[in-house]
Amino acid sequence: MTEVTDPPVATFSPVRKCPFSPPESYGELREQPTLSKVRFPNGDDVWAVTKLEDARAALLDTTLSSMRSYAGFPTLQTGERVTREGAVPTLVEMDPPMHGPARQAVVGEFTVRRMEALRPRIQQIVDERIDKMLVGEQPVDLMEALALPVPSLVICEQLGVPYEDHDFFQSRSTAILSNEITREERDKNFGELQGYLYNLVVTKEENPTDDLIGRQIVKAREAGAYDRTAMVGMAFLLLLAGHETTANMISLGTVTLLRNPEQLEAIKSDPAKTLSAVEELLRYTTITDTVTMRLAMADVELGGQTIKAGEGVAVLGFAANTDPTAFERPEEFDLERGARHHVAFGFGPHQCLGQNLARLELQIVFDTLFRRIPGLKLAQSVEELRGKEAVVYGIRELLVSW
Amino acid sequence: MKIIADTSVCVGAGQCVLTESALFDQSEDDGTVILLNPTPDGDALQAAAREAVHICPSQALSLAE
Repeated sequence: MTEVTDPPVATFSPVRKCPFSPPESYGELREQPTLSKVRFPNGDDVWAVTKLEDARAALLDTTLSSMRSYAGFPTLQTGERVTREGAVPTLVEMDPPMHGPARQAVVGEFTVRRMEALRPRIQQIVDERIDKMLVGEQPVDLMEALALPVPSLVICEQLGVPYEDHDFFQSRSTAILSNEITREERDKNFGELQGYLYNLVVTKEENPTDDLIGRQIVKAREAGAYDRTAMVGMAFLLLLAGHETTANMISLGTVTLLRNPEQLEAIKSDPAKTLSAVEELLRYTTITDTVTMRLAMADVELGGQTIKAGEGVAVLGFAANTDPTAFERPEEFDLERGARHHVAFGFGPHQCLGQNLARLELQIVFDTLFRRIPGLKLAQSVEELRGKEAVVYGIRELLVSW
Repeated sequence: MKIIADTSVCVGAGQCVLTESALFDQSEDDGTVILLNPTPDGDALQAAAREAVHICPSQALSLAE
């Protein structure tokens, strides 16, 4: 009698060979008839979801929990996960029945129409940054000059966070999202940002200003459901989520458009196409590749496989977004393909709250940058771009000239 | 074609509004979908309705044909 042994589990690495190619293992994983387990750096074995159809199903299924502080929740960050004293879950961590009402309380701040009303102000912010670029020396690091400040200024104004403090929370949020630092460093940064936002929320309780935090305090009080800790958590989440993500899309999107001059020409001559280009850029770079992790609360069928209660699931967005059954010739950047079914913003009830703000910012940035600096070019080769290992993928700097 | 919206599962992502603002709007209060025209006529609007149903992240939209 032969003993049946499980096949060896492959070590998982989300590291990209180049910013625009998914890790090599994704293709092999996706070609398997059912889901495969992969071994995370902390030794945990996690189910890897790599097909678009399975990714959609997984992210819709609330048997798979989002609660990151549960033991066994998949993580690529090193060190023990610690539950911080007095911490309440933020929206990204909540499961039903808590998540629905909590999201509904704030999502009205991010409707398509409300975001569209911000267009003139975002345009002004982008123009001011480009004015500064144009009078400065070349080459310019586009990350520092444009990609980081734009989303940062926008989210600060929306939340009612003083922009003077922006260096402080930019360095903290970068550290919190990094996979390259120790748990102690991360906890220190987390505590500092949390402390800063706590004080800010207390100030706004005394004098609720007309900004997102102020309005949310008033709204929650009217409903008799105000909770300071929850408000600090909300401010924390929105600041963090509204920051690095869009910044990384601006830099990677700029490189992609410069490498595809005919398509860049197409949006320059017809800005009505920019939104389609933004959707395709979201798919093509999928910077949120490893954001959507889940933990099974009960046995559940997924992609022809039974996931047992207590097992982790990694929905690999970049794998799903390069699934050839969902996107023909996925390795090509093609703004005409119709990419709106991508999962770069996630899928299911947790799909990105700020997605319409992100789309608007990206649309305005790309239209304005290439219109005002038509001779923009890379001042370094694509091979020289250095990626960073973090919850959200990005490049460290992007040197440009014109 | 008839569009059916279940606001109890809608998460207010706004993908439907972005797809076709002649068919869908969002509540300013909680972001949930408002059907402006549940029975779209013509190929373009019906195609938009199908796309909106497909990409709706919470599957709050469905079609009765």
